[in-house]
Amino acid sequence: MQQRQAPYPQIEHTDPSGQTRKDFVSDQEVRWCPGCGDYSILAQVQRVMPDLGIPKEKLVFVSGIGCSSRFPYYMNTYGIHSIHGRAPAIATGIKSTSPDLSVWVITGDGDGLSIGGNHFLHVMRRNVALKLLMFNNQIYGLTKGQYSPTSPIGKRAKSTPMGSVDYPVDPVHVALGANATFVARTLDVNVKHIQAILKRAEAHRGTAFVEIYQNCNIFNDGAFAQLTDKETKAASLIEIEHGKPLRFGKDGDKGIVFDGVKPQVVDVAHVGEEALYVHDETSELSALVISRMKAPEFPTPIGVFRAVDRPSYDAMLQDQVERASAGNETRVQDLLDEGAWTIE
Amino acid sequence: MSKAVETVETVAIRFAGDSGDGMQLTGTQFTDTTALAGNDLATFPDFPAEIRAPAGTLAGVSGFQINFSSEAVFTPGDAPDVLVAMNPAALKANLPDLKQGGMLILNSEAFTAKNLTRAGYDGDPRDNGSLKNYRTFQADITGMTLKAIEDMKLGTRTAVRSKNFFALGLVYWLYNRDMQHSIDWIKGKFGDTDVGEANLRALKAGYNFGETAELFDHNYEVKQAVIEPGRYRNISGNEALGLGFLAAAELSGLDLFLGSYPITPASDILHFLARFKNLGVKTFQAEDEIAAVCGALGASYAGALAITTTSGPGLALKAEAVGLALMLELPMVIVNVQRAGPSTGMPTKTEQADLMQAMYGRNGESPVPIVAARSPGDAFYAAIEASRIAVTHMTPVLLLSDGFVATSAEPWRIPDMASLPPIDVSFRTEQEGFAAYLRDERLARPWALPGTPGLEHRVGGLEKENLTGNISYDPDNHELMCKLRAERVERIADDLAPTEIGGQQSGDLLLVGWGGTYGPMRSAVAQMNERGHKVGHVHLRHINPFPKDFGEILRRFDRVLVPELNLGQLVQLIRSRYLVDAKSYPKIKGQPFKEAEVIEAIKAQLEAH
Ligand code: SF4
Repeated sequence: MQQRQAPYPQIEHTDPSGQTRKDFVSDQEVRWCPGCGDYSILAQVQRVMPDLGIPKEKLVFVSGIGCSSRFPYYMNTYGIHSIHGRAPAIATGIKSTSPDLSVWVITGDGDGLSIGGNHFLHVMRRNVALKLLMFNNQIYGLTKGQYSPTSPIGKRAKSTPMGSVDYPVDPVHVALGANATFVARTLDVNVKHIQAILKRAEAHRGTAFVEIYQNCNIFNDGAFAQLTDKETKAASLIEIEHGKPLRFGKDGDKGIVFDGVKPQVVDVAHVGEEALYVHDETSELSALVISRMKAPEFPTPIGVFRAVDRPSYDAMLQDQVERASAGNETRVQDLLDEGAWTIE
Repeated sequence: MSKAVETVETVAIRFAGDSGDGMQLTGTQFTDTTALAGNDLATFPDFPAEIRAPAGTLAGVSGFQINFSSEAVFTPGDAPDVLVAMNPAALKANLPDLKQGGMLILNSEAFTAKNLTRAGYDGDPRDNGSLKNYRTFQADITGMTLKAIEDMKLGTRTAVRSKNFFALGLVYWLYNRDMQHSIDWIKGKFGDTDVGEANLRALKAGYNFGETAELFDHNYEVKQAVIEPGRYRNISGNEALGLGFLAAAELSGLDLFLGSYPITPASDILHFLARFKNLGVKTFQAEDEIAAVCGALGASYAGALAITTTSGPGLALKAEAVGLALMLELPMVIVNVQRAGPSTGMPTKTEQADLMQAMYGRNGESPVPIVAARSPGDAFYAAIEASRIAVTHMTPVLLLSDGFVATSAEPWRIPDMASLPPIDVSFRTEQEGFAAYLRDERLARPWALPGTPGLEHRVGGLEKENLTGNISYDPDNHELMCKLRAERVERIADDLAPTEIGGQQSGDLLLVGWGGTYGPMRSAVAQMNERGHKVGHVHLRHINPFPKDFGEILRRFDRVLVPELNLGQLVQLIRSRYLVDAKSYPKIKGQPFKEAEVIEAIKAQLEAH
């Protein structure tokens, strides 16, 4: 049977929306620790919202449990602060019921990858048209400082006084492994970059996964300092962009070439820009190889690893319902009457 | 020449064979035909464990019992009058239940040395006198089936498969049944195929064998029962639940959303509802039980009639999300088709041991209304009632069914949809004066759907301030909210109809039950009343809250006896709530009550004082 291309759900965009940042700020006092990276992320989301052109009543933010999961309280939209790890499942129910809503899941490394790992995997495999923002601070903040599934091995935390013996998992790898159609990474303090990535995520027509490196200045301060400090960031961070060669370093003096599927750091002056690998968001190989580049051998990539088009779960479900119910005249009474006989 | 016909009032037949022998199909075919013939009836399919056991072993025996009568019938019958055993294992597993003097029909060909050993027989039970208390008829069912289709040159395996239709044909003759329904069914199901032809021939061969063979000198007839006029159909509990939810969706004007994860014996509800996308039904087969209930909760938030279906172990997993639903005060129906526990227990066997789980199986003070279905047909109304409470009181509701209700079938008088009261639902759109936890006279908060301009609000699992819904750690507010959530459930009782009492309205003993034990309890009370005992019967539809008049009814009787398929759960709720000396009659064998057991329990109570 031929696979029918499902129509994508229409989220209405009005441009300009007439909304401002203030429209998205709720009346609740924001209660993260002073200096927490969550503040910046919240500010960028609120700043980007008016540009998206979606009326705020069409927006739903769903979170689980953790510091990041307080997020929905601060957005003057619809929102659910749910239970630990389950936000993707709740969001799936919302989106499947009302495909015209723009549904955003806010999760963290513990919420999304530990207790909610199962749902994280399945929401992306199904390609439910949700935005999934994972604030990764490599620690449990709300419960006051235990190592998380993204903490590096050897991490000393309250529950691991001698250092953790758990190998970490990389959220981007999990997302790619689950065949997510949009996979990106950004940084809490990189204001412009977050905004650009959020806009890309919003425009994506399937699950849009965005990992946001977020500093927890109380329990894991400086986890990403290498990527944010003036002195080190140029050499440690690489911004990847579709159709652009992989360049980083001071004034872009360094680059990445692929030797088969093996990336290598090179001096651009030495090899020439044409030799550099050009990132292709639609290429699985590109996403896989680039996402595997790890410090200290490689700079840490941020940007969109993968963006491909595939019909979303909610759209196909809606399409089945619409096709099945077109011209339907069956009523429940007809079903009750099936196989009936009459006793006089 | 036709043989003589003897008229009998009530007959219980059990078909038993290997799980590959098609006994469930044989049973349902006989059931449909019997219902069409105008008898009242009740059935009980008894499945082996889910994974098919080796052929011919006791573990692989599958049974189907039907009790039919020219009088009213409420149970599948305590002990069968007729046992059809397709192999030695089926005989061994079921003979202890057969009535003394009952009729035993054996598939003689299957009584090979190998099969006897597999069934654990030392010798052949047919030769050692162990069957002397029964009227035993042997027929080479397999052999005669093969003979009937030998010219079709089908493989033996295919041919042997048709032997259940031979058995069906034989029993049709024995009870003077018209084969037309099954003939039509085979034609409809298999069309013009070899399998269809083989089944038809086997069916007719079985019938003709009864008619012509010397084995039986006469056959039987069960006259039509006096049944209330109307339109009828056969219905199983799982099917009725599915139809009930479809009806609730139509009555409320809401779209139905089911989040579910496969689990025995609830999966059939998912299969059933998945067929009705044409009615706007969305079914979500989730990655686990938790995602299933969370998906439903999300759907409810977005304005669907949201349900999730499971069995006991699944309910354990859903507990946290049910707690969230009650905190968010969002409507949802959680169906637990109970099976024998604890843990994985005996998935294909029935039990009622999840009542306390339904009542208390969540953290914190977390009251949830509980509705129970008492019979297959009743499950339809239970589903509507649970849905009605959920959406009008803005609360998750637990609907308890059980393996017996789910899989057994009965003729059911079809209701007229137009006669069922509509379910009033309104979504909040008015911005003026809106607050997320404003309350109406039922203490229900407004259902304000995302997408509604001006009603943007946040809800969550943290304790919330009454009315505004903002996060609150205020001590007095928390106590107020806990009491409000309890009161919200209690107020459901305001809308309930007076409790129906079966049998005597006051007197020596009140039998109190819930769920799938209705049939044997009702029959037992009728028997006791006939013998002049002042016994009444209340079968609770609502367990949380209890009906308002229940306490007063309990006090109209000298004794209260609570039979349950558990170690005594409802009885504890009654004792603690009403301070009456209710006695428990527990049974926990994975099997329904027999009428005789309930009668004995009543007698024992009456004599104890
Ligand atoms: S504990 Fe860490 S992550 Fe949590 S609010 Fe404080 S700084 Fe932010």
